[in-house]
Amino acid sequence: MSEQLIWVIVGMGIVTYIPRMLPLVLFHTNHLHPRIQGILKNVPFAILGALIFPGVFTINPENYLYGGIGAAAAFIAAWLNLNVIVVVLSSIFVLYGYTFL
Amino acid sequence: MMPSPAVHREESPAYWKKGVQAGLPIAIGYMPVAFTFGLLAKAAELSLFETIGMSVIVFAGASQYIALSMIVAMSGAAELILTTFIMNIRHLLMSASLKERAEDDPKWLRAIYAFFITDETFSVAATSSEKKITGSYLLGLGIVAYSCWVIFSGVGYVMGAGLPQSLQDSMGIALYAMFIALLVPAAKKSKKVIALAATAAVLNSIFSFVPTLNGGWGIILSTLIAAVSIEFFMKGDERDE
Repeated sequence: MSEQLIWVIVGMGIVTYIPRMLPLVLFHTNHLHPRIQGILKNVPFAILGALIFPGVFTINPENYLYGGIGAAAAFIAAWLNLNVIVVVLSSIFVLYGYTFL
Repeated sequence: MMPSPAVHREESPAYWKKGVQAGLPIAIGYMPVAFTFGLLAKAAELSLFETIGMSVIVFAGASQYIALSMIVAMSGAAELILTTFIMNIRHLLMSASLKERAEDDPKWLRAIYAFFITDETFSVAATSSEKKITGSYLLGLGIVAYSCWVIFSGVGYVMGAGLPQSLQDSMGIALYAMFIALLVPAAKKSKKVIALAATAAVLNSIFSFVPTLNGGWGIILSTLIAAVSIEFFMKGDERDE
């Protein structure tokens, strides 16, 4: 399929771009019902929950504990109000240490 | 979230710089993911041009991984494109949510930064303490994340399996750690945030056992149900806007 693969990739790009672009370019904020606005403001926090779970447990399919430990490390670091980069690096560091146990 | 004075407008270079800084954790998170994508693309017998091309044109992690597995499985073009579409419909929600907080930039500018919407750039922008999100902030954020994604797709392709496996494994936590770092500070301040994240997390975990709801649809559905139901159950919560 190599000859046409680049066109498939272009197609993938188009169908990915359309949902990204439509609301931002076409919506007129002032016409949205306050209820809808409230719901849209809820989206970031809901989506974070859905992105973290159950995905975080699957980063090592053979050992669910692995992702759990990494998540716990990140949670503690985030609870201490550390900078996002520090949270990311410390969870990587903890898991890297865990692999040598 | 700290409310910032509404009228005060900083120069756009300041916003651009803030965006670039906010993009750095994403860049770190993307490195291993993009690196692995490049590595897998080589294994799937894509050319370097096709590999980098996919990262340049599509810029969507999960669907690029799925595309690789479908290419290996000799799936057809239509199937590949449809799956990509389904995976990425969730960006509709993010784009709409971002529109709520984005400044009234000209349409062409919105059309440009819309390209950079991913789970990660959206989460960072949407939880940022800025009252209004400016175009320069979003561009700075998006371009840092995007460059890292594209470059490390290529690096992964060329350098292949050079990195020690244990390090590659532990770096898999990076993006999740970032999501947690974005969620926890907001959750400490608001029960509504906890309710939203918990509801969507439980729903998505349940949906992950339903084959047709795996991946894209599960995230859309659990986010929608959580965002709508919590809005009706907990309206007028103390959340700081």
